[in-house]
Amino acid sequence: MARLAVAKTYKLYLGGAFPRSESGRTYQVHDTKGSLMANAALASRKDARNAVVAARSGLAKWAGATPYNRGQVLYRVAEMLESRRADVVELIVRSRGVKAAEARAEVDAAVDRIVHYAGWTDKLSAVFGGANAVSGPYFSYSAPEPTGVVAVAASSASPLLPLVGAVLPVLAGGNTAVVVASQADPTVAVTFAEVLATSDVPAGVVNLLTGDQAEIMPWLASHGDVNGLDLTGVPADQRVALERAAADTVKRVYSPRARSGGGEPDVTAAPGTARLRAFLETKTVWHPVGAVSLAGGSAY
Amino acid sequence: MDLTYAPALESAALAGIKPRYQLFLDGAFVDGGGDDLTSVNPATGETLTTVSTASAADVDRAVAAARRAYDGPWSRMGGAERGKYLFRIARAIAERSRELAVAETLDNGKPIRETRDFDVPTAAQHFFHHAGWADKLGHLGLGPAPRPLGVAGQVIPWNFPLLMAAWKIAPALAAGNTVVLKPAETTPVTALILAEILADADLPPGVVNILPGAGDVGSAIVNHDGVDKVAFTGSTPVGKRIQSELAGTGKKLTLELGGKGANIVFADAAIDQAVEGIVSGIFFNQGQVCCAGSRLLVQESVAEEVVEKLKRRIETLRVGEPLDKNTDVGALNSQMQYDKVTGLVEVGAQEGAGVWTSSCTLPQKGWFVAPTVFTDATASMRVAREEIFGPVLTTLTFRTPEEALAKANNTPYGLSAGVWTEKGSRAMGMAAGLKAGVVWDNTFNKFDPTASFGGYGESGFGREGGTAGMAAYLDTDDEGAF
Repeated sequence: MARLAVAKTYKLYLGGAFPRSESGRTYQVHDTKGSLMANAALASRKDARNAVVAARSGLAKWAGATPYNRGQVLYRVAEMLESRRADVVELIVRSRGVKAAEARAEVDAAVDRIVHYAGWTDKLSAVFGGANAVSGPYFSYSAPEPTGVVAVAASSASPLLPLVGAVLPVLAGGNTAVVVASQADPTVAVTFAEVLATSDVPAGVVNLLTGDQAEIMPWLASHGDVNGLDLTGVPADQRVALERAAADTVKRVYSPRARSGGGEPDVTAAPGTARLRAFLETKTVWHPVGAVSLAGGSAY
Repeated sequence: MDLTYAPALESAALAGIKPRYQLFLDGAFVDGGGDDLTSVNPATGETLTTVSTASAADVDRAVAAARRAYDGPWSRMGGAERGKYLFRIARAIAERSRELAVAETLDNGKPIRETRDFDVPTAAQHFFHHAGWADKLGHLGLGPAPRPLGVAGQVIPWNFPLLMAAWKIAPALAAGNTVVLKPAETTPVTALILAEILADADLPPGVVNILPGAGDVGSAIVNHDGVDKVAFTGSTPVGKRIQSELAGTGKKLTLELGGKGANIVFADAAIDQAVEGIVSGIFFNQGQVCCAGSRLLVQESVAEEVVEKLKRRIETLRVGEPLDKNTDVGALNSQMQYDKVTGLVEVGAQEGAGVWTSSCTLPQKGWFVAPTVFTDATASMRVAREEIFGPVLTTLTFRTPEEALAKANNTPYGLSAGVWTEKGSRAMGMAAGLKAGVVWDNTFNKFDPTASFGGYGESGFGREGGTAGMAAYLDTDDEGAF
């Protein structure tokens, strides 16, 4: 007799735990053949607010970690995703109906993208900051700092890479994230959350909501404790209202324009730095340079 | 023995103020379609000059001229040549610096000592610094050849009229953009003298257009379909409105908004130096500075000493005639600002914040406000939370560095902060913990074109100065690559 498989329940990822939606709501996810893949949590406004609380409470530890440490933790994420490669490929094949080679290429690209960002953490200050050659007796420097809590609407262009490609730059900069997964791909997104949960990423640094972006994003866009928005996954016609809501608290908004050539992004292309810079603040610090005589004589 | 200073007046005639100024549009000085405005000398309340203002049609013409200039000579010119124009402008500002300083003092009300020693030389320095970037854009860390955005619409405030124009125009041009700029309604004069300098420098027509007017002109510029980049310096409410209006347009936006900067004095600070820093932090430019150190946070054990020394020092500030070279504190910029500041002082007194005011005598005419300190405020009072934008300091106390940090960061703003301590590790630790775009350790109100300036939170986003300031005028979008 065939063994009965143990199906996984896909839940939210909030503050390091995997709770159901407080609303008790779920939605069904089917594969391309129409079979039920999972009942995913349909996150509510309350879940979104809980996610913001969790992201805020995770911020001090993550932003305060050394860049080297953040890099190591993010590299660990790549290691863990690599070890879950077969699972994720299977989920992508089932949910999208693509060939295994294509799914493998996406997972490989996602792992490589994580490694790319793991290597960014301790270079941001060198590339986007430095000593300022001010015209006076001061030591002045500028350095990037995290913006804070960033709400991300992941694109549904494909199940994994857009999610990873949006979340990793937010984390590399020292921010924490509330991520609303692509509605079509909760199984891949929650599996990625499991990767994060087993990668030494502190609780609250990434909080993943599954469900309807159109329902949840307005609450995040108007939330007073959210500092930034990544609207990549939001259709152009729905962005205006979100950007308007963001203005109430002067949120930083990353809202990339449509690709000039149209079509899907080239997953093999280097991601550039726009996503990193979108959620970094530049802090400039000035210190007086004391009048100490180098010649041992009188001060000059 | 009488130790008062004899008057040392700079001559108002040096400004060569004309009876009337016009728009600078497509390389020519022309009348605008709006009603003339009157610019008033804040120190006397008397009319300084009349200025033509722009209509919506003038905004259309200016944006079209800026687009032609962008498509034509400006974006085709090599960076080195573009830079040479900026170097030329920097030199011309220096050459006309005395005239500009006097004009700025007459139009704005700020002391000649500040316009002469700060506003004008720093404006020249901004052009000189940014000139050098024009042929080095590939070294900004934004790719090998970052592209300009197109036409930049810029709206600037009245507190540093010429300097803000330089902050906005210099990086825009260095990056290869063209400009439509609106100076503040109450301080258009030096921007229009700058227009003469641009014309004399043979800057191609339309590369910079300067359109005086009120808020409606600014609104028409930032909302114009032909504008690709918007930069605004001003109040947080107006900044929020602009961000909201620009939603969905894809225009790149820089906002430099209000602040309520904390100036934190630890018990181990060099107290006399700290007192000087507190004074320059709040009374520089009559406190009409977005990054003013308007919230004094003093460690409890030295609070009494610091406040006493502060009062004694403030008593020696000379308040009055801005053209006098010995004047420390001049006039507020307008009746509106005077009403706002005096209104909030009244609120603070009613809230029981312990108001103390310098005993200086104020001139009979003009919008002068005596330096004021609230010595007994609490964090929930309006004068501890709202930006007053005047010579009014609010004092709070703290016991531990953690409490100082919590109080300093307890604001929706995040523009500036000061830290006074002789302990280097504490200064660095505080600088790291403060949610502010600029932190001054044992100094205050220092600015330089090489050093990025801008806010956290509701103090705005984007930077001016430094490499981050250049990025604000370049197309840095990676087309949403993952």
